[in-house]
Amino acid sequence: MIPAQFDYVRAGSLGEAVQELAADEDAKVLAGGQSLLPLLRLRLAYPSKLVDVGRLPELTGVHDRGDHVFIGAMATHDEVMRSGVVNADCPLVALTTTKVADPAVRHRGTFGGSLAHCDPAGDLPAVVLALEGVFVTRSPEGEREIPAAEFFVDYLESALRPGEILVGVRIPKLGAGWGYHYEKFHRTAQSWAIVGVAAAVKRSNGAIEEARIGLTNMGPTPVRARAVETALRGVQLGDQVRQACEEAAADTSPPSDLHAQPDYRRHLARVLTHRAILNAAGSP
Amino acid sequence: MTEVGKARKRKEDARLLTGRTQWTDNLRQPGMLHVMFLRSPMAHARITGVDVSAARDLPGVVAAFSGQDFAAEQGSLPCAWPVSEDIVIPDHPPMAVSEVRYVGEAVACVVATDRYLAADALEAIEVDYEPLPAVLDMNEALAPDSPKVHEAGNQAFTVKITSGDVEAAFRDAPVVIDRTYIQQRLIPSAMEPRSVLATTDGDSFTLWSATQIPHVLRVMLAVVTGIPEHKIRVIAPDVGGGFGSKLQVTAEEVLCLLLTKRLGKPVKWTESRSEGNLTVHHGRDQIQHLRLAAEADGRIRGLQVELLADMGAYLMLVTPGVPLLGASMFNGIYKMDAYEFGCTGVFTTKMPTDAYRGAGRPEATYGIERMMDELAAELRLDPLEVRRRNWIKHEEFPFTTISGLTYDSGNYEAATDKAMALFGYDKLRAEQADRRDRGDPVQLGIGVSTFTEMCGLAPSRMLGAANYGAGGWEHGSVRMLPTGKVEVVTGSSPHGQGHVTAWSQITSDALGVPFEDITVLHGDTAIAPRGMDTYGSRSLTVGGIAVLKACDKVKDKARKLASHMLECSPDDLDFAEGVFKVKGTDSQKSIQELAYAAFTAHDLPEGVEARLDSDATFDPENYSFPHGTHLCAVEVDTETGMAKIRSYVAVDDVGKVVNPLIVEGQIHGGIAQGVAQALYEEAVYDAEGNLLTTTMADYLLPTAMDLPDFVTDRTETPATSNPLGAKGVGEAGTIASTPAVVNAIVDALRPRGVHDIQMPCTPERIWRALR
Ligand SMILES: Cc1cc2nc3c(=O)[nH]c(=O)nc-3n(C[C@H](O)[C@H](O)[C@H](O)COP(=O)(O)OP(=O)(O)OC[C@H]3O[C@@H](n4cnc5c(N)ncnc54)[C@H](O)[C@@H]3O)c2cc1C
Repeated sequence: MIPAQFDYVRAGSLGEAVQELAADEDAKVLAGGQSLLPLLRLRLAYPSKLVDVGRLPELTGVHDRGDHVFIGAMATHDEVMRSGVVNADCPLVALTTTKVADPAVRHRGTFGGSLAHCDPAGDLPAVVLALEGVFVTRSPEGEREIPAAEFFVDYLESALRPGEILVGVRIPKLGAGWGYHYEKFHRTAQSWAIVGVAAAVKRSNGAIEEARIGLTNMGPTPVRARAVETALRGVQLGDQVRQACEEAAADTSPPSDLHAQPDYRRHLARVLTHRAILNAAGSP
Repeated sequence: MTEVGKARKRKEDARLLTGRTQWTDNLRQPGMLHVMFLRSPMAHARITGVDVSAARDLPGVVAAFSGQDFAAEQGSLPCAWPVSEDIVIPDHPPMAVSEVRYVGEAVACVVATDRYLAADALEAIEVDYEPLPAVLDMNEALAPDSPKVHEAGNQAFTVKITSGDVEAAFRDAPVVIDRTYIQQRLIPSAMEPRSVLATTDGDSFTLWSATQIPHVLRVMLAVVTGIPEHKIRVIAPDVGGGFGSKLQVTAEEVLCLLLTKRLGKPVKWTESRSEGNLTVHHGRDQIQHLRLAAEADGRIRGLQVELLADMGAYLMLVTPGVPLLGASMFNGIYKMDAYEFGCTGVFTTKMPTDAYRGAGRPEATYGIERMMDELAAELRLDPLEVRRRNWIKHEEFPFTTISGLTYDSGNYEAATDKAMALFGYDKLRAEQADRRDRGDPVQLGIGVSTFTEMCGLAPSRMLGAANYGAGGWEHGSVRMLPTGKVEVVTGSSPHGQGHVTAWSQITSDALGVPFEDITVLHGDTAIAPRGMDTYGSRSLTVGGIAVLKACDKVKDKARKLASHMLECSPDDLDFAEGVFKVKGTDSQKSIQELAYAAFTAHDLPEGVEARLDSDATFDPENYSFPHGTHLCAVEVDTETGMAKIRSYVAVDDVGKVVNPLIVEGQIHGGIAQGVAQALYEEAVYDAEGNLLTTTMADYLLPTAMDLPDFVTDRTETPATSNPLGAKGVGEAGTIASTPAVVNAIVDALRPRGVHDIQMPCTPERIWRALR
């Protein structure tokens, strides 16, 4: 559990960080280190240099920007889950963040790091996908915006180009009438999700007007349960909801690992989506 | 002063909690070098070449060696328990020389000025392997055409024990239950990783190690390396848990000693968690075939046990003995007419197994307690009722069981009644029936475990009869210092159990000196030279009693001195609260005054030597047999398969309790570890023999967040095999809880036709069983 040698620089400004990265294609951004350092220690990654972006003002804090909340990439999980703005305007993010790992990890791990890492077992990617967040980045070419639907490319692979830094994510405020839930299924309190379901549901007149569903660990990237979202439109709460949720595993390719086989994950996706929807539809 | 029985906070804790600790990895020696081992990535292969030259040339590297470089000197790691005539004990070089037999086996090492450089240099070593077939499945390993782990074959030993007429018991039996259970492989996960530091002054050697057994280790290091025993000092400084995994003589300990010998410099090695998962000896791993014959009313006629026990690639310190510690425990607390135990030890290309909390007894207890539930289900009886019809009644003690042990004392009725009341047994059964009727997707199951175990290892003559290579006594010394304070020296080697506190309590009562005035020394062969160390829930019932005996001797000597000084007959002296008083007078001497008089030695009676101190050893005449009733309620979500413990009641009988707080801690930790086997832990090897569970993301351990509040209580039936009446407590919780949890899960699902879930009972396994 000893990493190979690497260089370390703490960037003094966003520009400097971008330059450091551009100058060395084997350099990597270091945020909270909660995912990157284990990879280094297990010698699964051999970066030449770590560029610490921990102190860059552009990447920190959580900001109310009217129609959306801007969460800086370096905001820690702990900061996010305690943020008044996040709790008021994107409560699904706050709720899900409380279910990430444990207090020690939440004090170091960052919102941006857990998205940039693109771990399909991570809880936040499915949430940001469901909420249709927009990723704001910086590279030598300048600033760029990437919609969530295009950000998660493959297993541990994001749309970030070499030398590109995630500055933060815009989470649109959903407004009134929405309920939300994150259903995390895991064996111990500190372990990763076997399957997770992020749901936001808008009700009007007792029926479901719109539902947004993101699935954790049901494929190499987080996925939207589009078939369920469509089937739920206009449905009254009751048996029809269960039926709609039977589509939850459609077009997914869940992994097979020590924790579960794909058929079991598909089954869980159906059961948990149903639970998440009922919960979301019931909550204010 | 009655210290015994008081819930004293532990003397150890302030220092440990504030980090003023001496873990082996914290220790430094001038000029100290760091060792890292290159480990086999192959489960089984012939080594055709090792080239360490490129590593030697790297900056900071002082030396690099292959197994060949130590072939003449490294000896073979010891197995102290040849359990049968037919046993095969293969050569076990600390660093592999010609063949590797499990992933993680050391093949080479680097010594460098720091750990980081050593780790880098490992990548420069080239090893050529010629792959050989992995041997992973015990049943396949025993087939005649199986590839062999060792030349002599894959069978390590066979043992058969029979008592009573087994054939008659099964002939025409109204009920026969036939089941196969799997004890999955576990990885003992002590909080402190292993660490070794060795140094030499050119003539003699000191080795610090995170070990449970400094005394046994010293002897064994001498035997393995040929370094004379009197030239080796072993120190176990602060040790952070072991659970049996540090009851071992490891390759790394031997090699650090040999490296310091060869290089003349101090060397240190500390494992990483992943390295530990690969190479700390594993636990359990048995296939148990059980057959139980009973009358129609549930009374047991006989029990047949046939085990396959996975030894892994080699026999380590007590590897083959572990399943045999269960040989006389499968009959549990029950009476029966006939019993048969058979065990075959099997070699596979996996990490060797060895003692892990409970060693052999959790396996046996699981087997019988699961079978009792199956018998109850077959006869449509309440599981506690079936047990009542079979257990030894309290008035029948001492009782010699079918497997030949004599249980000295116990009261299963009392513990069970208390547990049922605390649990609300009848109410929970009613709720269970209601949920079944309603077809609630969340079903309730109730699990029972009425267990006993043999611990307090062990009467030396019994160990001798079992062909174990050492005795089971323990040693204690008590020294009154000139100022009246007391130094206790114990051969037990605590690594988290709180012996310093408990031994202080015992000594305080025995000598009448304040608790605070007592210090306890241990874990260093130069300071506590005589000992048999800590394992098998033996410390209090053997080591604590040795201290008590030493106190008695000190008191006898003090009485002689007091009678001399007070000019009376020893019989005229009363001793209380640390003071000898001449009956009916005010004339008295405190034990502190006597200690000073013994120190100055100005006026000692005939035949009394200077100083007030004494040594004693204690060798118990029998094991101790703690017992108890554990009840567990589990909610099973039949839609997801998730099983969640709702409540857990443990009523334990550990005899006389010295410190209730320590006992409570041992029970809590024990239950957690047993629950972990039932629900979470499993070491998994893939089809090529690679260990997949090398991190804690894959090898799941429960934390406080995953466990319910345990309700614990006690009954106190004193042991008769030692003067305190104490029984061991270190393993009881682990032994009891695993079957309680699994019985509860199966109980929840029985109406759905389920009669077993393989451990760990993961949600996926439960879900599949329900399909
Ligand atoms: C014990 C443990 C348990 C955990 N359990 C969970 C869990 O249950 N659920 C969960 O969701 N997560 C879990 N995590 C992961 C945790 O959420 C991490 O914080 C997160 O995955 C990574 O965030 P980080 O800030 O530590 O990123 P780092 O580890 O520093 O970086 C991760 C990756 O992202 C890249 N990166 C980071 N920031 C940027 C940026 N601004 N721009 C471009 N690239 C960037 C890095 O280069 C690296 O490749 C767990 C972690 C641990 C150690």
